[in-house]
Amino acid sequence: MLTYTLKRVLQGIVTVWFIATATFIAMHAVPGDPLANQRATNEQIRQNLEQRYGLDRPVTEQYVVFLGGILRGDFGISFTQENRRVNDIIRESFPVSATLGILAIVFAAFGGVLMGALTALFRDRVPDLVIMFLVILGISVPSFVVAALSQLTLVDINTWLGFSLLPVAGWGTLRHMIVPSMVLGLGTMAYLTRLMRSSMLEITSADFIRTARAKGLPPSRIFLKHQLRNAVLPVVTVLGPAIAAITTGGFVVELVFAIPGLGRYFVEAVQQLDYTVIMGTTVFYGGFLVSMVIVVDLLYGWIDPRVRLE
Amino acid sequence: MDEQPQAYRDPMSRTAVRQLLWLGAISVAAFIALMGALAWASSITGGSAIAGRAIDFDTGTITRALAQEPPQLDSTRATDSVSIFVLGHIMEGLLRYDASNRLVGGVAERWDIRPDGATFWLRDDARWSDGQPVTAHDFVFAWRTIVDPANASEYAFILYYVKNGEAINGGQMAPEALGVTAVDDRTLEVEFERPVGFFDKLVAFGVYLPVREDFYRSRNGRYAADTEDLLYNGPFMMTQWVHGAHLRMEKNPQYWNREEVRLNVIDMPYVTSDTTAVVNLFKDGSIVSATLGAEQLDDAMKLRWNIGRYSDGSVFYIDFNFRPERLTSNFHLRRALQLVNDSGELVNKVIALPGYLPAVSLFPVWLTGVEGPFRQEYPAPVVTPNLAAARQHLELAKQELGVTEIPPLVLLTGDAPIANKQAEYFQNLFTRTLGLEIRIDKQIFKQRLDKMTSGDFDMVAAGWGPDFADPLTFGDLYASWNGNNRGRYNNPELDEQVRIAQNSVEPRTRMDAFGEIQRILIEDAVQLPNYERGLVYVEDPRLRGVVHRSVGTDPDYSNAYLVENP
Repeated sequence: MLTYTLKRVLQGIVTVWFIATATFIAMHAVPGDPLANQRATNEQIRQNLEQRYGLDRPVTEQYVVFLGGILRGDFGISFTQENRRVNDIIRESFPVSATLGILAIVFAAFGGVLMGALTALFRDRVPDLVIMFLVILGISVPSFVVAALSQLTLVDINTWLGFSLLPVAGWGTLRHMIVPSMVLGLGTMAYLTRLMRSSMLEITSADFIRTARAKGLPPSRIFLKHQLRNAVLPVVTVLGPAIAAITTGGFVVELVFAIPGLGRYFVEAVQQLDYTVIMGTTVFYGGFLVSMVIVVDLLYGWIDPRVRLE
Repeated sequence: MDEQPQAYRDPMSRTAVRQLLWLGAISVAAFIALMGALAWASSITGGSAIAGRAIDFDTGTITRALAQEPPQLDSTRATDSVSIFVLGHIMEGLLRYDASNRLVGGVAERWDIRPDGATFWLRDDARWSDGQPVTAHDFVFAWRTIVDPANASEYAFILYYVKNGEAINGGQMAPEALGVTAVDDRTLEVEFERPVGFFDKLVAFGVYLPVREDFYRSRNGRYAADTEDLLYNGPFMMTQWVHGAHLRMEKNPQYWNREEVRLNVIDMPYVTSDTTAVVNLFKDGSIVSATLGAEQLDDAMKLRWNIGRYSDGSVFYIDFNFRPERLTSNFHLRRALQLVNDSGELVNKVIALPGYLPAVSLFPVWLTGVEGPFRQEYPAPVVTPNLAAARQHLELAKQELGVTEIPPLVLLTGDAPIANKQAEYFQNLFTRTLGLEIRIDKQIFKQRLDKMTSGDFDMVAAGWGPDFADPLTFGDLYASWNGNNRGRYNNPELDEQVRIAQNSVEPRTRMDAFGEIQRILIEDAVQLPNYERGLVYVEDPRLRGVVHRSVGTDPDYSNAYLVENP
């Protein structure tokens, strides 16, 4: 178990290094200039800026400086917010994104498992049809539409009630978190519901369920211990990538609900060619996702004792 | 399952549903508990944005949204409109604009501008937020910092009017050589590099704000990074700044003109560039104002909102590439395109947004000339669309270029929705009228700039926002030495007029020169004016006295006040 964990961690480090290098190369290969602005800077001002950001040095040297920075855990200064360090940006805004992401994942996982189980139980009957219709909607409607629509609906509800039931945007209190996290988790929940449904249906006709019934076990025990626990395995497997999708896909939701998260910086930095923020957020997210996948893999062994890690 | 008897399935699913309901209840409870825990955790780490309603009369508070986090509140390095909006409230320069957009004294109570320099006499009650007086030394320090190459300020060129500014910025002289001295605490003496006829407008601009040296040095490179890293001398001071989330300004009790400031708090707990979200917040009564897009306009009309419009000062146009290898360097080809261009049609039928004006000149309508509006004193030569004449010019162009057909022309454009509409309109227009093939090259901002600078285009949809309220901010754009002249237009006749405008202090001479520049640009078909951008906004009718500007602090709440029953 220990050697397995160590091996996975080493693999993870190599993966992050690879992500960092690939991003560095891609970033410098993209046409455009991080210092370019609408207003053409004269040669002098340009040189001063290049010196400030070390862009006057050869690319290989920049790469070495950058890798050294990662090892020391220092991502440098932002190009667009010149007196802020990338570390500060991540430290301040990642907790917000993480909060939003955790809530969205929990909402999606609980909701997906419950609804999936429900649809399997009522296969081809009304609850199944209704839920599966909503699932198709949830998967196919993009999050910016859902976000805008739910915000508009909230405005109408507040106007109709005459007081603010839930805030329309902003961040900070419990009431601010409810709607955005549900919107963010909706797509994943729909996906998990479908997965859970098919996995439940497969399990229901499995031999060991038949055996359990034949033994005369109480239905509650069969359902909880044998059916649900086995059916939930595929869901756990996709949870890793789902966390990836949710934490990095929060951009639109953060924009619509004015949430000060990292997703916004992640996307805007690319548009503005803010080299240091691009590198910082990519390496940070890369490391985060790799560790999530490792955690899920380890978790898998715990939930399913049949999977014995080498 | 199908082969199982009905009687067996039912108790099974009943139990299962009951269990699922239990699980559901437990997970809802767990979800809420988790949210509570996270909300508590995030309130400990700071960064809570507890939003109030749009207006609170008891505390004199207004709430509004911010389009983005101000990237730079260090006035020696700020360049963007959000930072300049905040700086305009928390800082004050030598001069400022009043509620009716006239230049009035700020920190300076008297001033004298001569062809070779200027003197400013500072008022004795101007104070920093820590109670110390604002002195002439604070301006000297700030201006030296701006031109210091180590500071790498993008706006350093605006201080090239001050003696030795350019040489210092180029590293040939020490910052102390800058032509600005504090004769005593309350007298600031400025020496010019060359005559400048609009220095009063320049010192009202964000870059020329004061910075106190001892405070700046005590922050160790973190000046303006957080609320406590700034000193304020404007009508307001920043009391809360959670990056990317919340910015709060409160009335500055040390401000010399505090009696005139009637709002107590400007609270900005929402930071988003999503206009729909901002309109939703306004609709919800959470904020006092919102900028409207085309899609929200009908709704706003129906709800009978208090709609206002103003020009944001910028002008958009098609620029040509004058590099000799490009076809667009041919006058007759440009003239042909100019003769089918109709900015009225573009603005009224294609863009169709209120507040937008068809542009007929590089110089927008809001600029002031000698006494009245520049465009009234110097009307732009009229170009009436004329298809027959356009076709004649096209034939001449083909002869001169020695081709039977004009090869496809590349129109470089941005990725905003309006840029799309605009590009497609021109593609259609030039094909329909002149039979030209136009290839649209759509690029995101930085890539478009890159292509513009390297000259990889025939035509480009470009625009310009003013840096200060003088026609020169537009007038020198096509000077052969200007880095913003990305099409490399080179005309000694125009260069001569730009030099006159730059070196004279006589208003009549300068405006005559701008009039000439306007004529040359149109007669030589140097660019095709498209539109002057307008902004449409809604505002809470209980908020009065907000000033919107084409240049500088916009909007300006310094003179705003609240009325309970409008």
